[in-house]
Amino acid sequence: MTQVSMTVNGKTVSRDVEPRTLLVQFLREHLGLTGTHVGCDTSQCGACVVHVDGRSVKSCTILAAMANGSQVTTIEGLANGDTLHPMQEAFRDNHALQCGFCTPGMIMSAVDLVNRNPNPSEETIRHELEGNICRCTGYHNIVKAVQAGAQAMK
Amino acid sequence: MTELGSIGKSVRRKEDYRFITGQGHYTDDINRPGQAHAYFLRSPHAFARIKSIDISAASAKPGVVAIYTGKDMAADKVGGLICGWTVKGKDGQPHKAPRHDAIAVECVRHVGDQVAVVIAETYAQAKDAAEAIEVDYEVLKPAIDLRDALKPGAPQVHADAPGNLCYDWDFGDKAATDAAFAKAAHVTRVELLNNRLSPNPMEPRSAVAEYDRGTDMTTVYVTSQNPHVLRLILCAFVFGLPEHKVRVVAPDVGGGFGSKIFNYPEETVAFWAARKLRRPVKWTSDRSEAFLTDAHGRDHYTIAHLAMDKDGKFLGLKVDTLANMGAYLSTFASAVPTYLYALLLAGQYTTPAIYAEVKAVFTNTAPVDAYRGAGRPEATYVVERIVEAAARELKLDPAELRRRNFIAADAFPYQTPVACVYDSGQYALTLSEAQKMIDYAGFPARKAASAKQGKLRGIGISCYIEACGIAPSAVVGSLGAGVGLWESAKIRFNPTGSVCVYTGSHSHGQGHETTFAQLVSDKLGVPIDQVEVVHGDTAQIPMGMGTYGSRSLAVGGSAISKAADKLIEKGKKIAAHLMEASPADVSYGNGVFSVAGTDKSVPMAAVAFTAYVPHNYPADLEPGFEETAFYDPANFTFPSGCHIAEVEIDPDTGITKIANWVAVDDFGNVINPMIVEGQVHGGIAQGVGQALLEGVVYDTESGQLLTGSFLDYTMPRADDLPSYNVAMTHTPCPHNPLGVKGCGEAGAIAAPAALMNAITDALGTEAIQMPATPLKVWQTIQSHKPALAAE
Repeated sequence: MTQVSMTVNGKTVSRDVEPRTLLVQFLREHLGLTGTHVGCDTSQCGACVVHVDGRSVKSCTILAAMANGSQVTTIEGLANGDTLHPMQEAFRDNHALQCGFCTPGMIMSAVDLVNRNPNPSEETIRHELEGNICRCTGYHNIVKAVQAGAQAMK
Repeated sequence: MTELGSIGKSVRRKEDYRFITGQGHYTDDINRPGQAHAYFLRSPHAFARIKSIDISAASAKPGVVAIYTGKDMAADKVGGLICGWTVKGKDGQPHKAPRHDAIAVECVRHVGDQVAVVIAETYAQAKDAAEAIEVDYEVLKPAIDLRDALKPGAPQVHADAPGNLCYDWDFGDKAATDAAFAKAAHVTRVELLNNRLSPNPMEPRSAVAEYDRGTDMTTVYVTSQNPHVLRLILCAFVFGLPEHKVRVVAPDVGGGFGSKIFNYPEETVAFWAARKLRRPVKWTSDRSEAFLTDAHGRDHYTIAHLAMDKDGKFLGLKVDTLANMGAYLSTFASAVPTYLYALLLAGQYTTPAIYAEVKAVFTNTAPVDAYRGAGRPEATYVVERIVEAAARELKLDPAELRRRNFIAADAFPYQTPVACVYDSGQYALTLSEAQKMIDYAGFPARKAASAKQGKLRGIGISCYIEACGIAPSAVVGSLGAGVGLWESAKIRFNPTGSVCVYTGSHSHGQGHETTFAQLVSDKLGVPIDQVEVVHGDTAQIPMGMGTYGSRSLAVGGSAISKAADKLIEKGKKIAAHLMEASPADVSYGNGVFSVAGTDKSVPMAAVAFTAYVPHNYPADLEPGFEETAFYDPANFTFPSGCHIAEVEIDPDTGITKIANWVAVDDFGNVINPMIVEGQVHGGIAQGVGQALLEGVVYDTESGQLLTGSFLDYTMPRADDLPSYNVAMTHTPCPHNPLGVKGCGEAGAIAAPAALMNAITDALGTEAIQMPATPLKVWQTIQSHKPALAAE
């Protein structure tokens, strides 16, 4: 067992875990933060994207131990209390989700995208979201939502 | 969000808050106290006899609770998985449905077939222990390729399905069709592969089963589109248990697209093991397992002939199809290439004679069953590809050829030669609207401009028809279905005026919690935020048939409408009593009961309260304000529309860029346009995926799955797809109370033909099959040397 400590959504947590525990398993199984999803086993789908020290990371690609000492934000920690993050609002306003399974990862990727590029074009958004697969929406409304979210984040 | 009269408005979805904040409850998010975890050892071979399984080393591994093989399930007399629709072949005999054990007993029949299940304290321990199971296989030569599997001497997947033939089925009037071909001035022939697809909802399948010895109740949380149907199969066919002692809960489900209709081995094993071990058992698929074991879709090989007179009027259509069933007959597999396929071969046209022959074939591959559209995309692909090819041969504008053959807008109800009675449609209108939107007349100039840049431009039309609102029970019963396909709804007013709606439909992305709430709000005059839609739990909802075949609003919504009507009728009696009037004089509208010609009125909420606090109440009326309704549709609904794709191909790379996509769909009346457009977007994306990117590939010698991950199977990603231009016409369905037709599958039905018609237009040859990958397009360009500019 390895002791892992990090700050998740503003709260310091510490757990003894098997060394092979992935960050996504740590979040879902040890902390009960089931908003972060697992949609594949090859780090392709992006359903598990969280922020580690402010940057988007596929939480299935790193061990929990590698995030030791980090600041982690998951979809559960994105809103400010009852006030939704502008990107969350934009996804709802633009019908950018259907089944909702890819949505947490999609929103976390979109926030990071806009943090790095406050005025993304449609082409940039489509390129940047290449690592997040959605099977429901055809991406049409996701692109619209990210554009709207980018404006609202200003 | 308290306004009434929201029908036709793009109301934001009620369900979104939990999804955008990470508070959805999907099956894998559910954990039960004391649960153990299941992991399946799967066959590495496509076809092999199991000589022996040695679990002794694995059983000694840390955390292992139990290891079971197929023999353990057989010893408990667990039944095989069933196919719920019996198709009879030309000889009148029922299809071959060989035994499908949840865990293989003597033979494994596809890569990924279950060989053993390890149940351990943790998932990692179960997976580790599975590696220590020793299986001695006698490896057999598999039958993989659809056409090869029918050849003499091919390996036999099942001893009780000789020649690998599941059924040899036909439909339509052969003599009339032969006569039509005899007098034809022109015959067009096409050879089409409808590529095999992996549905890939983003949420992998999962099940958590638990058994309560105290109440003798088994509960299974499972990724299902139809919890009552699954309960019926598990109880009546697999386990022989009474239905009232089994509860199936399908909580938030992360997409289905058909693949979560079916009863699968893994949930069956989790159910059985939880009862045997007296502790909860959880199983969740990983994506690799999903590729190996989720039922695939499509996989047809078809040769079709279209007979025409000298003016291009269609005289007859002959279709000869081979359909791959995979290794076992899945829950609805038999119906997909028959009754959901051949009955749609008239398309939007007046073709008077149609004859289809379908051979369903077993192979050593994963089972194939319904995937978004289920048979109807395959039918549209045949019809719309052959019509386009015919227009090119006749040197007619493909739009003009279609117009010459459309069923006229005043010809409904229209009896086709393949059993369907189309309800309504305006086919010429949707085509002309789509042509306007894409500036069809301006295409030659755009093609010339592309040619100047060294690019090949093409345009392709797809005028589709689908049969939705599945289905009139008597009709499907006469065709072999084992169930009725009605739907149920219960509406319960609470004493304080809010409403709970219990629907047999299941939402796994379709937005029922919003659309159904709009419907109830509009009918009963209750604000949308006072309406809760409950679905997916057999312990809460009335017996229901679930969601597939774009049926939820047309059938499930109609049941809700009927239940609301019952409440209004009862409400009139209560209101009449309160207003001291005759019920015959009470009218209802916008949430208020009133007496004509007076200023007397009673709001719905007061009526509901009175029904629960009946101190001043009609003597002959039951208290309470809750009604249940079942709705069995009179006919299928027939949504239709026209999609036009315009593409530009780079001949140096073979890359196809979608330059424009227009869709004009007619779903009848629409309750929430935002949700409907979202369904169209998603459907198009899956259709574009089929035409350009996706395809399940097995090695034809070994039967190994070559497209077993998102690294190998090309899912459409944001940068593969364009934005879409979507519009609608509204021709109401005349036979259901809402006038709605269904929208869930249209995009996936229309899109492949539109795109392949555009690509073949650009390339100047029909000789390319889906998926039109850059490599295939480039190879086609090399062999056919298409001219850049229009001639």
